Amino acid sequence: MRINQTRYLTQVIAKIVIWSAAFFTIGVMILILYQILSDGLPILRLRFFIESPRSMGREGGIFSTIIGTVVLTFVAILFATPLGVGTAIFLREYTRESKVSRLIRFGTDCLAGVPSIIFGLFGFVFFVIYLNMGWSILSGGLTLAVMILPTIICTSEEAIKAIPYSFREVSYALGGTKWQTVTRAVLPNSLPGIFTGVILGVGRSIGETAAVILTAGSSLVMPTSLFSPVRTMAIHFYILAREGISMEMAYGTGAALILLVLLVNIIANWLLNRYIRKKA
Amino acid sequence: MALENKLSIKDFNFYYGSFQALKRINLHIKVNQIFSIFGPARSGKTTFLKSLNRLTDLTFGSSHTGAILLDGADIFDSTLSLTDLRRRVGMVFDLPIPLPMSIFDNVSYGPRLSGIKQKRRLIEIVEQALRSAVLWDEVKDRLNTSALRLSGGQQQRLCIARTLALGPEVLMLDEPCSGLDPISTTSIEETLTQLKKEYTIILVPHNIQQASRVADRCGFFLNGELIEEGTTYHIFTTPKDKRTEDYVTGRFG
Repeated sequence: MRINQTRYLTQVIAKIVIWSAAFFTIGVMILILYQILSDGLPILRLRFFIESPRSMGREGGIFSTIIGTVVLTFVAILFATPLGVGTAIFLREYTRESKVSRLIRFGTDCLAGVPSIIFGLFGFVFFVIYLNMGWSILSGGLTLAVMILPTIICTSEEAIKAIPYSFREVSYALGGTKWQTVTRAVLPNSLPGIFTGVILGVGRSIGETAAVILTAGSSLVMPTSLFSPVRTMAIHFYILAREGISMEMAYGTGAALILLVLLVNIIANWLLNRYIRKKA
Repeated sequence: MALENKLSIKDFNFYYGSFQALKRINLHIKVNQIFSIFGPARSGKTTFLKSLNRLTDLTFGSSHTGAILLDGADIFDSTLSLTDLRRRVGMVFDLPIPLPMSIFDNVSYGPRLSGIKQKRRLIEIVEQALRSAVLWDEVKDRLNTSALRLSGGQQQRLCIARTLALGPEVLMLDEPCSGLDPISTTSIEETLTQLKKEYTIILVPHNIQQASRVADRCGFFLNGELIEEGTTYHIFTTPKDKRTEDYVTGRFG
């Protein structure tokens, strides 16, 4: 009787704790969204998206910063994806568990924990000054690539690890070489997982400020080449708010940023579901 | 009529690290016959099959001594192409493992790896292989649907078709009916009897009754040793070794 009562009580308490944890999380998220969107959404007009900023961003739109964000993220993904997926394939398919693979994994784990301002400093010293790329899309993109590399390696490795050994065995038994097995039996099936890692990287790149401000500059001028400096939306938001230029425009930019992330995730989900449905 | 030896296994020992999985195997396997290998679990049957097309190479730390000759040529010869060997000696695994792609892509997987790109040629090969595996009539209208939607028996016949599409000379099947119902089993057994006209077949049956139904010759494996080998009739009626007799009469196993 007593035991039953304690068990019942534990049940109830566990239920309450778990439910409140979930509600607290959702609550915080809603609060943040509400705060940004309620101040930001009224600013959002079509003109806000397609006009370039005037007088430091006090007037006009945010067009050049949208371009900056998109291009910078694109460059980062372009470099980080092949490197990250390649490393993951190496770790899973081309090498056995050894000192080398453990060293690489330890290195990526450490990189994943490094604060982004450190990446920014590295990018500034290495890309901007040493390689003389200056404050530019290329410097910023490469810095972001280095920053999101651990995420992509880690998620890709997990995705590749999840592919049953039997798929590889079947492929070899059907006369496949290692490369054919990797590209035709392993990668197509781990693509959804790899894609998730890339999208995480996209999210981090879009929202990053510290690593970018030191490497891509903060120019509001429309970029004309990979060597032009740019300002991303996140940095625009930071500068507008920090320097008290215009809180109104800052919230507008914040709201636009949230919508952009939302859009990226919706498109990514749609693509992913389409791919998975085609397979099953 | 004396049949020629397709595979000759000579003093073959196989080790996983320090564990000896196969002990001094000597065996000749003839063309156009079904050779059945049976024995209790962990007696080395699967290892034996995987040795014949060197799928054992995938296992780290394995080693062997002795020789395996395919049409008189040593399969461990360093000049031999491993991918060619695996095309000539095809293997069907104990569980149906369709790759998550369409029926057509599954069956044409091997031919495409070997470099055949012509769509028309691939369609021919796929149809031929599916007909041989007695699956064609059931799937001919939905070759582009996912292989994962087939039933267990259909998936196993798909895997047989996928191996046949390689154009192998030897077909190895490791308990191909273990997860199947009696009806699917019967249809696969009929398929095998048809196929032996063109191929050399090595079958690990999921029970010894299956060996007695379809095999021309049988070999009894126990703890990595080939205890006895002979025609199915002899193995089942007048085995020479006491252990074989005990096993086929059901005294152990």
